[in-house]
Amino acid sequence: MSGGFHHRHLLGVEGLTATDVLHLLDTAEAFFAVSRRPVRKVPTLRGKTVINLFYEASTRTRTSFELAGKRLSADVVNMSVAASSVKKGETLYDTCKTLEAMQPDVVVMRHGASGAPHFIASRLRCAVINAGDGMHEHPTQALLDAFTIRRAKGRLDGLTVAICGDVAHSRVARSDALLLRLFGCTVRVVAPRTLLPDGIESTGVEVYDRLEPALDGADVVMVLRIQRERLEGALLPSLREYARTFGLGPRQLAWAKPDAIVMHPGPMNRGVEIDTTVADGPKSVVLDQVEAGVAVRMAALYLLAGERRGEGDGVHEPASEG
Amino acid sequence: MNTTVLRAGRVLDPSRGVDEVADVVIERGRITRVGKDAGRDVTGEGVREVDATGLWVVPGFVDLHVHLRDPGHEYKEDIASGLDAAAAGGFTTVCPMANTAPVNDTRAITETMVARAAAHGGTRLRPIAAITKGLRGDELTEMADLREAGAVGVSDDGRCVMNASVMRRAMEYARTFDLLITQHCEDHHLTRDAQMHEGEVATRLGLRGWPREAEDIIVARDLILAERTGARYHVAHVSSLGSVRLLREAKSRGLRVSAEVTPHHLTLTDEAVVGYRTCCKVNPPLRTEADRRALIEALADGTIDCIATDHAPHSPLEKDCEFEAAAVGINGLETTVPTLLALVEAGHLSASRLVEALTIAPARLLPDADAGSLRVGAPADLALIDPGRRWTVTKDALRSRSHNTPLLDQEVAGRVLLTLVAGEVAHELRTQ
Repeated sequence: MSGGFHHRHLLGVEGLTATDVLHLLDTAEAFFAVSRRPVRKVPTLRGKTVINLFYEASTRTRTSFELAGKRLSADVVNMSVAASSVKKGETLYDTCKTLEAMQPDVVVMRHGASGAPHFIASRLRCAVINAGDGMHEHPTQALLDAFTIRRAKGRLDGLTVAICGDVAHSRVARSDALLLRLFGCTVRVVAPRTLLPDGIESTGVEVYDRLEPALDGADVVMVLRIQRERLEGALLPSLREYARTFGLGPRQLAWAKPDAIVMHPGPMNRGVEIDTTVADGPKSVVLDQVEAGVAVRMAALYLLAGERRGEGDGVHEPASEG
Repeated sequence: MNTTVLRAGRVLDPSRGVDEVADVVIERGRITRVGKDAGRDVTGEGVREVDATGLWVVPGFVDLHVHLRDPGHEYKEDIASGLDAAAAGGFTTVCPMANTAPVNDTRAITETMVARAAAHGGTRLRPIAAITKGLRGDELTEMADLREAGAVGVSDDGRCVMNASVMRRAMEYARTFDLLITQHCEDHHLTRDAQMHEGEVATRLGLRGWPREAEDIIVARDLILAERTGARYHVAHVSSLGSVRLLREAKSRGLRVSAEVTPHHLTLTDEAVVGYRTCCKVNPPLRTEADRRALIEALADGTIDCIATDHAPHSPLEKDCEFEAAAVGINGLETTVPTLLALVEAGHLSASRLVEALTIAPARLLPDADAGSLRVGAPADLALIDPGRRWTVTKDALRSRSHNTPLLDQEVAGRVLLTLVAGEVAHELRTQ
């Protein structure tokens, strides 16, 4: 593997260069084939330990990481911590120290608080992969999206990508936008203003109020999940109105380029943000995203655990660490 | 020791418009002479002589806004450690807020705090009691009682009095007893789960935003109520340029309103939070460079009257954790001098305005006129500062029980060498 991946952790797309991303994607291409073989296992990470530390319920991401680790022959254990018991139970600091004592090579963490993986990364000797932190980042999702786009479009550079939906609360949108901007993509976001965060324009994305101009000429349409909680706090009056004004159906999809692809990080609310015919239609790459997820996570585990040269090896940490 | 003389220091006493090299003579706890060579013949046995050449001699600082966590949260700070920290920072009068446990909403609590401070000695403690019982925002406290017990003002700090009718009645009632009424301006409906200033940085970090408008809206509402009620209304820790604009307008019309700003809001912005630095999580939040510049300008031109630290000690339990779980607050008492001298050094603020905003300006808002001045006859509450002294803000260098400051382990310039309260030593830097 040429070049190498000079990061101790994968905490976010922020801090990665285009070269880093391409290195991860190229590594993922090599692992992609493994999952399609009759024997879906390589000995690369034999003897390594991966802990999936999930503070939020997650089926697909946790399963994806688990499969990725197992297909690399790592020992993978899952620690699911219910958020309610955390409040009464031990602090994140104590959890870190407990994990440390178990000598893992990689901790994969999902947490409801933005920055929680950064917190443990600064206190653990092992590598940390952010599997989604609050409303902040979800770097492996952005990488699997990039992997899927590159396979479908043959390139990442200079595409027009429309991200539709709850950008304000979406770590996926943040990571995707950061990654796509590294490759000079035009990133458009479209949502009711209640679901757009303050200062989003300054991150280099274009903001739209209506779907039609946002989708016009788009190569990629990314649809975000609308969560029912958004009906509280006066962010949305109803899912019905959201579906009618911002939902992606065949009529809306026709505004995008004829060869546009449709993506969704899942799980989908069919009939809300995405119409069933679109979700299952020929332009949908939703299941390709899922398959890419395993390959990308194998690449991330391999680059952080497999290529590690031990402590004090001079690798630098992302600037976002505190 | 009955007599002290500070020789040839730069005496900065904005209460009298003084900035000159002079001696200060203290006898029996009071200032008896100030002037060039005023202490020439004060010498001999029993006279404490201090060479203040090259140093600043200033009135002891007055802080209208601190949290000493006592009673109730003594593991963070208590009255003894808090008053020691105050003295180490040059403060000779501090006003602890009412969000203790139990809340300082009754005479018994106020009296307890005053008694504990008196037993400890050093910096003077003058409590600010609650506006409403339990800080719940509905029933008024017994303000006449609280005042008799030693309270110098009322505030529900940490909580905003959200109900406009309650705030109106509180202003009317506080006015009856000439109590300063300090509001923590935050429309809580606009700040639910908020973690930091709403804006580009919060969006980048994925943290829920805290809009300026949450502050501005309450400031605007309260100024309208203050105009009607004639209350001595005071805005705690101003953080937004909108509040500055509203205050400027109100003052131009002669309203009896005042405001304070913290050292951290004058020197840091929301960028300081990057890296999820919990030491920079504070309420109100650090805002943008435009806000910071507006605050400095407002402090310089008097729109903001004074500096208050909002000293908010916490233990590592509340700060060494994920950002969303972290408590709000920054320690201020011991780092105010170096923090703000940097603004003077950079030319943003004159030395005399800085000292004024720390001394006579807040003292004027207290019920008596004794503090904040080096006039002859005043109690000898003063501080001796070496503006060039470099030091590192280590845990060991701090007297507070808490080390909750963004400056931890940084080297800074400017240190308080000696603090006197009524002529007695409340703090003396021992090293070097």
